[in-house]
Amino acid sequence: MTGRRTVVPFGPQHPVLPEPIHLDLVIEDEHVVEAVPSIGYVHRGLESLVDRREYADFVYLAERICGICSFTHSSTFCQGVEGLMSIEIPERANYLRTMWGEYSRIHSHLLWLGLFADSLGFESLFYNAWKIRESILNELEATTGGRVIQGVCKVGGVRRDVTNEFLSGMDKRLEGIESDIQEMVNVFLNDYTLKKRLVGKGILKPDDAYNLGAVGPVARGSGLCMDVRTSEYLAYQDIGFKPVTADGCDGYARCEVRCKELFQSVDIIHKVIAAMPDGDVAVSVKGNPDGEYFSRSEQPRGEVIHYLRGNGTKYLTQFRVRTPTLTNVPSLIAMLAGTELADVPQIVLTIDPCIGCMER
Amino acid sequence: MSSSGKSPWLLHYNASSCNGCDIEILAALTPLYDVERFGIINTGNPAHADIFVVTGSVNEQNKEVLKNLYDQIPEPKVVVAVGICASSGGVFRDCYNVSGGVDTIIPVDVYVPGCSVRPEALIEGVVKAIGVLEQKRAVLDSRGSL
Repeated sequence: MTGRRTVVPFGPQHPVLPEPIHLDLVIEDEHVVEAVPSIGYVHRGLESLVDRREYADFVYLAERICGICSFTHSSTFCQGVEGLMSIEIPERANYLRTMWGEYSRIHSHLLWLGLFADSLGFESLFYNAWKIRESILNELEATTGGRVIQGVCKVGGVRRDVTNEFLSGMDKRLEGIESDIQEMVNVFLNDYTLKKRLVGKGILKPDDAYNLGAVGPVARGSGLCMDVRTSEYLAYQDIGFKPVTADGCDGYARCEVRCKELFQSVDIIHKVIAAMPDGDVAVSVKGNPDGEYFSRSEQPRGEVIHYLRGNGTKYLTQFRVRTPTLTNVPSLIAMLAGTELADVPQIVLTIDPCIGCMER
Repeated sequence: MSSSGKSPWLLHYNASSCNGCDIEILAALTPLYDVERFGIINTGNPAHADIFVVTGSVNEQNKEVLKNLYDQIPEPKVVVAVGICASSGGVFRDCYNVSGGVDTIIPVDVYVPGCSVRPEALIEGVVKAIGVLEQKRAVLDSRGSL
């Protein structure tokens, strides 16, 4: 039996969405036939500011592309300018960037797990995730000075050094955090109700994921082994890296990937701290960028690409960012077709939408 | 003090923020800062809200959404502009799609500075907003319109 088609608007302001995105859900009875996204609520157009801000000052704008992946954006931008100008940054700066990058990944994944739990009606689980996240933010604040916007990357290295004593303290504290995470993740992966709401919901087949250009945990939850950290950047080449994947292709698989990545990040931080080289954390930078460069990194949500072009002046002539959420929206549309209306909020959240990044 | 002065409910809208302030708003609600113990709840429904918390600057597309949400909140209502973007446009002031702070569209009562705001500053802002809410309520009361 088919009913008449109705269009249900979802967003831009919606209880499960901290950020605005609008979907027109075409439904037949309770089933979603089609989802039509419309975006642009958060668009600022910051890429155009690149011709009015000097390249060294633009780092603070690049960092503010998104408040959750702020560190990755600033390090990717700096990496791009350093690539353009052929600057070798000190090893210690590379290791520190890797460490902070992984701390922000843990903070981002915990944030997502919390919001996800909230969308499923698990309020104390949400609070638990955010409580653990505060201990990660404490470490970030103690080492960089900022909770969510760190402002610690600069062209040529990093602004602050961390003493080796403090690093070993962080290493120890991380063990406590890890056991807290373990306890919480058990609920996400084994709870009966959560499984009921996630397993088999929001299916994205591996072929679709590949063809639609899915990145990050969305692609890895569909069994695709894609992670920029396997390419050699920052300290990943020295410490070795193997991506986490899951084969479920559903909401549960994407949740599983993020849960396992928490432990992977903890592991990477342990290794980075153990192998932290001594020395300076920044080199002085002279001259202006000339030429073009693609800078890639793995954000918590997937691959981010910064394209930079300079003409030998202190202003870049072009800057373009390709963010993971935008590339994951076509996959989201594919996931939504055929689902029930009541499952839409969770499925939207399984791609970990970060609209600030997406629209810039 | 009326009941909404003791436990005001918030409506949060991200105008065109980078997320930094938004996650700090949520952080203020969660266990470390825990403003929920005072009965302050982040509601998704404008009709239930007393305080409108807006982050980020205003652009062409979200102007109408912002106005709509503001109109749906019952009187008395207080608007808190959270972060430097909501206050003046901040670092994105010169962007082509940013028309300025939230006060270019709706009246703002409390400005909370910071990029991104710290949860402590945000809580201070909301406490100030409760004072403004009480004043507005008293004015409405004296007119007999409550």
